[in-house]
This record gives sequence, C-alpha cells and structure tokens, in this order.
Amino acid sequence: MIRSLSQRLLGLVIVFFGVTFIIYAMVFALPGDPIRALGGERPISDTTVAALRAAYHLDDPLIVQYLRYIGGLLTGDFGTDFLGRSVGEQMLRALPVTIVLGLSAWALEIIVGLGLGIIAALRRDTWIDRGILITTILATSIPVFVVGVSAQLLFGVRWGILPVAGDKAGWPVAFILPAAVIAIYGLAVVSRLIRTSMIDNLGMDYVRTARAKGLAPSRIVGVHVLRNSAIPAVTFLATDLGYLLGGAVVVEGIFNLPGIGNLLFSAIRAHEGPTVVGISTALILVFLLTSALVDFLHTLLDPRIRHD
Amino acid sequence: MTQPLLTIDDLAIDFTVDGITARAVEAVSLEVAAGEVVALVGESGSGKTATAMAVLGLLPSNARVSGSVRLGEDELIGADEAVLREVRGKRAAMVFQDPQGALNPVFSIGFQVMESVRRQDPSLSRRELRARTIELLERVEIPEPEKRLGYYPHQLSGGQCQRVVIAMALASEPELLIADEPTTALDVTVQAEILDVLRGLRERLSCGILLITHDMGVVADLADRVVVMRNGRVVESGGAVAVFSRPEAPYTQELLASVPRIGGREATEVDHAKPAVLEVSDLVVDFHSRRRGVFRAVDGVTFSVQPSEILALVGESGSGKTTIGRSAIGLSPVTQGSVRVAGHDVVHAGRAERREMRRKVGVVFQNPAASLNPRYTVEQTVSEPLRVVLGLRGRELRERTVSVLESVGFSGDWLTRYGHQLSGGQRQRVSIARAVALDPVLLIADEPTSALDVSVQARVLDVFRELQASLGFACLFISHDLAVVDSLCDRVAVLRRGRLIEHGERSSVLSNPQQEYTRELVAAVPVPDPALQAEQRRRRLAELEASRGTAVA
Repeated sequence: MIRSLSQRLLGLVIVFFGVTFIIYAMVFALPGDPIRALGGERPISDTTVAALRAAYHLDDPLIVQYLRYIGGLLTGDFGTDFLGRSVGEQMLRALPVTIVLGLSAWALEIIVGLGLGIIAALRRDTWIDRGILITTILATSIPVFVVGVSAQLLFGVRWGILPVAGDKAGWPVAFILPAAVIAIYGLAVVSRLIRTSMIDNLGMDYVRTARAKGLAPSRIVGVHVLRNSAIPAVTFLATDLGYLLGGAVVVEGIFNLPGIGNLLFSAIRAHEGPTVVGISTALILVFLLTSALVDFLHTLLDPRIRHD
Repeated sequence: MTQPLLTIDDLAIDFTVDGITARAVEAVSLEVAAGEVVALVGESGSGKTATAMAVLGLLPSNARVSGSVRLGEDELIGADEAVLREVRGKRAAMVFQDPQGALNPVFSIGFQVMESVRRQDPSLSRRELRARTIELLERVEIPEPEKRLGYYPHQLSGGQCQRVVIAMALASEPELLIADEPTTALDVTVQAEILDVLRGLRERLSCGILLITHDMGVVADLADRVVVMRNGRVVESGGAVAVFSRPEAPYTQELLASVPRIGGREATEVDHAKPAVLEVSDLVVDFHSRRRGVFRAVDGVTFSVQPSEILALVGESGSGKTTIGRSAIGLSPVTQGSVRVAGHDVVHAGRAERREMRRKVGVVFQNPAASLNPRYTVEQTVSEPLRVVLGLRGRELRERTVSVLESVGFSGDWLTRYGHQLSGGQRQRVSIARAVALDPVLLIADEPTSALDVSVQARVLDVFRELQASLGFACLFISHDLAVVDSLCDRVAVLRRGRLIEHGERSSVLSNPQQEYTRELVAAVPVPDPALQAEQRRRRLAELEASRGTAVA
C-alpha cells in the first residue's frame, strides 16, 4: 500500500513537471512579441522594450525561465502578467465562479445521469430505455455552443424564466442554464456507463442470492447492484471533474461568466504567457488530484482492488 | 405420511427467447416432508434448477410457470411479489452452486449474513445482530467468526464461502432449504464437510431439504428419496435405497452406470526401461506477492512419467497440482529444481527450444468454454496448431483436421460450429482434439472433466481412453476426482500443500493408502450406494473424531 502510494506520488511529480514544461515551451514559442503587442497600434521605443524584456527575463533561455517560474510556483507565486497584475490574484477572483459552475454541473451529471442510467437498466429494452438512449445520443451530438445559445434564446429571451447571461443573479439561478449545458455530455456518458454495468450486474448470481434472501428490490438495486456497477461511472465522473473545472471556456464565454475559462481565453488572445501557464498549471494539479481520487475511490468501492 | 411441507403439482415452465417458446419443465410433481431430504437428480438442462427456482419465484421474467407449488397450505405460483418475499429467506431459503459467485464481492461476509438476520428480526440491536451473526457462522463451522466478519468473499475459500451462504440460509431457521448443486464446485474433502453440515441441519432443525445434484454419490450420502429428471420430466422417483438397488427407468440405470467408482479395474503394465517423457525433479515454485510475501506453491516435488503412461496428480485446490502442470510447459516460474520434457530442459530452454518443446506437449484445460476462442469454429480451432506449427495448407490441412476431429467423434456440420453452439462435453472433446492434433508425446490434462455432468464425463473419458490407446501419448492427468483417476490412470501422485506425500501404482495407492491424508481423500469420495455410503461416512467420522482426539491429547 505504502509502496504503491509512493509510486503514485512519484508519477504525479513526473507528470506535473513534464506537462508544465511543455505548456511553458509552447507559450514561449508562440509567434509575435507580447511586449510590442502591449502598445497596440502605437510603436514602443526600443529602450522601453529592452527594459521590459529584462524585467520579465524574456531574453533568458527557455530552461532558465522555466526553472525561475517553477521556483516561484513552489513559494506560491504564480507570477505577474505584462500589465503588472498578479496572476494568482486574477485566478483567485475567477476560481470561485468556475468551481461553483463545475460543481453544479457535476451534481447534475451525478443525479440525472445516475437516475437515467438506473431507470434505463431496470426498464431495459422498453420504450423508456430507448427514449433515454436516443435523447442522450442527440444531446451529445449537438455542439455545445448551439445548445447554449438555444437555451439562452428559449429560457432567457422567449420565456424569461432564467437570466440570459452574467452572474449577477447569483447561485443557483444564474448557474442553472450554463451548468445544464455543460453537464449534458457528461450525464449522457454517465447514464450509459451505469446502464451497461447495471445490466451486467443484474444478471449475476449474487443478485439471485439477494432475491432468495427476500430483500426488497429497492435494496437489491440500490445497495447490492449499484455499488458493483459504480466503478466505470465513478472513474468517468472523477476525471470529468477536472474537465468541468477547466474546459468550460466556451460556456463561460456564451453565458459571460467571469470564470477561469474566460480568463484563460482572454489571456491566450493577449499572449499573456504567465497567465496561460498559471491557469494551465492549476488545472493540471486538479487533473492529477482527481485521477488520484479515482484510484482511492476504486479501493473504497471494491475491496478486491484493495487486497491485490 | 403427514402433511407434506412442499408440494409441487403438475409444474410446467416455458422459456421464451427471441420470440421462440420452449418448454423446460413439464408435469413435474413431487413432495418434500419436514425433516426429509429429497434429491432432484438429472444432467444439466434437465430442468431441475428451473424447478427449484420456480419454488421461490426466482425465475427470470421470460419464464412462464403453470401448475401448483404449495409451501404448507400456501400456494406460491401466481402469488404476489410481496407474499413471495415473505416466503423467501424466512420460510424457505436457498443455497447455490457457485458459492463465490453467490456472494456479493464488494460487501463483507458479516454485512451479508447480517442482512439475512435483520430480515428475520428487524428489531435487533447492532450488538444482538452481530452476536447472532457470529453464532450462525459458528454453526457452519467458520473458524474465528469474529475475525471473519470483516472478510470479503475473495479472501475465503470456496468451501468457506459455501458455509457463509448456508449461514445466510439458516438465519431464519427455514422450514425448507433448497440446495442447488451445493458441492459441485468444491473439492471432495470439502464436499464431505459441507454434506455433514447439511445433514446436521436436517437433524437439528428438522427442515426439509430439496437437494439438486447430478452427483449420485452425494445423493447416496444424503437423500431419503430420489426424483430423477430428464428433458424436463420426472422419469423415476422413489426411496433412495430402492432407486439405487432397483433402478427402473433406463435413464436411471444409465446414470448409475456412468458414475465412476473406485476399485474394479486391473493394474496395467508400464514400460520403465525407456527414458521418461516428463521428468520433474526437486521442483520448487515460489510466487511472490506484495502483501503476503513469498508463497511456496510447489515444494521439492520429484516424479516422472514414462512413455504411454497416465500419471494422476491428485490433491485439493491449492495443493499445487495445476502449477506443476504449468511448469511442464514453461508457464510457471521455477525457483529451483528441474523439469525435463522428452530430454529437453524446460527451465533453461531458449525461445526456439521452448517452441520446439511445446509442439511435443498438448494441453487440455479445465474450463472448455473459456479455453476455446469464441470467434473460431471447431475446424479453425483444431487446424490452427497444424497450420502454425506444421505449416500445413490447403487440402492437406483440411484432411488432417477432419481426421483428428473424427477421432473425437466430430464430422460434417459440426466442423463449422462455434464454441457457444456446443455442449460442455462437445467443447471438451474439441479441446482434446486440438491438444492431440500435433501428435504430442505428452498430454497435460488439467481437470478435463470436472466441469461436466457424470454421463457426459463418461463419454469424454471414453474418447480420451481410445485416443490414448491409439496414439500412445504419455499423460499427466490432474484431477481431484479419485473415482475418475481410478478408472483412467496407471500411477497416482498425491499432493498436499505443494508437497508430494504419496506416490505409486494406482491400485496400491487408492486401495491401500499409506498416508493419513490419502485415506481421508479416498474416504471423502461418496459412493453411489446408500448402504455402502452410510457405512463409509460412519468410518470417516469415527476416524475424524479419533484424529481430533489424538490431536488434543
């Protein structure tokens, strides 16, 4: 157990340095000069450029810049962008919005996805099962901006039930539409994973034993079958949490939510290297932690993995 | 006779699959009285399990049931799900064939037994629940039950899992216990213990037992009355002694005749002058596991197999017999000692030599369904080694394949069938054909018939004997079934916990075992004759008592 944990940690460290370096190098290699871009149309004097380049150590070799950056990271410093703003502070401001949005979407995926999956498995091969299948395929095949804009049009403009954009209304009202739009894909996957593994498990001998014990159907499905069927869906859900916290760029854009996605998007457009790398690094940390969480959840759900 | 506990009257069951309805059970009537054991006997597909499932309303939704099943006064066919749930696990309980599969893998056994206890009396406090669960586990003789409560099914042996399933069934002190092949998946010695537990239940709780089995030895050991089923119908029923001594239906006679028994075969001559085909000397195999450290599966085993000789490797599961078989084809990590096949050193062979050696060795595995490629037809399965190893092509390949398959009784249409379209016995014959296709000098057969019904097993063993006589290969026959071993093998080697404890001519080892453990093994094989079996059980229990007594002293 301790050995596997330390192996796991070592893996995390390697992945962390590898991925941050690649992103750093990619931003480094982006065409165009961020300093000259600061001035927009107006030319900037060569001495100013040189001073700024020196201040941001832009003339150092890639590896030196990277190591300096990592050094800062280890002391909790995400660096400053070219306008002199602290990247850490910007992220702190944007993070709560994204976290609330991601967790709301995640909750929807769990509740609705699990529910639909269980219903589809129990009503296997009926019109209910097929209806759920067709709806989820349809929902996942429509691009997310189409779903988002249509939802704004219907719920926000035509019926006026929910705000069209922005986070002024606060949680939950402002987050219902964007969270639902992001969650559609994930809940479709969750429902199908749950359906398949529940159907497999419903045919197992231990279900027959549970019935022969005289247990109520709700207990057989809710306790015995569900825990056995949960692993694939839990794996997906945990990795999806990372995606939800980082991949909401489009939806945050559509609904004009000042989250991490929005920040990342404008940073990429403005060639703000430190901000891009800072956000990416934070997201990588989230991904790494969720994947460690997956392994931990596996051992909780299935003692056979624990005892290997 | 008093009012019967269970009355099945004119039961019929239809299954509908893909719109086609087939009758699985027809006009079955039987009764079980309190304190009585009724054995329902027949091969797989005879409808015996479906009949048992119908009693508790456990059939899948594509089954249609008609007729009548009464528990005491209450009609169960057509009863409400709510009524049935009051019966299940309270008045009637069930024990299943595959104990490891019957338990939920992700919950501890304590949790699963407590579930049954709580159903019986929901008012129990946590402490009382725990105490009652421990008491149940004690009753089925689980060692250290307090400690075992937190164990998961995969941490227990098959026999222990079956005890847990029985403990769950006993939680409610049921009037009726339905046991569906309760010992089929277990070793003989474990089987004998489980049968003792069931016998004890009947005597103490006076519950009726409906015992479903295909093993006539088990029937003889436990049953008061026997009901024989075939193709969904009852072909014979009566008192156990009467059915065994004067079977009336031809099928019952056939069934009894196909049960292998120990004793009654002449010794065979083996040529010891020629060099041995398989020589295992001082073999040690260790398995390394992160949690448990080193496990010595095979510990200093030495034996040899002469040309045309069949050597049986017997022992319980975990005794190392399969590991030894695997070492002969270079699949076990040999820690120490040597394994030589037809003069080649298996342990130190390079890739090329190993490949050369493998074509001289054929292997038949225990589970025919799992060891055949589901995407291959019978013909593809058998022709593959001929094509790959011998490089045969076209007509030559086909002719050779057909002739090999004919030798195991396959021809015509059967060649284009897939594994799932065959019965267990047919699959195993295909496996044998594949193993002998290259005309090996040595065949390793790992429990080739233990997954099969007796009548089917008899046919497969016949095929095996014929092939061995005509091809003359030597064979390492791994088995836990001493009766099969007795009917087939020349010499016997008995393994226990990785060590070879007894080794010699078949007749001398089985009829006059020198080791205590071998005696136990032989005594644990139930004899398909109620009177003889009762006698044997008395002797076995007396010996057990005696050995426990000496252990204490």
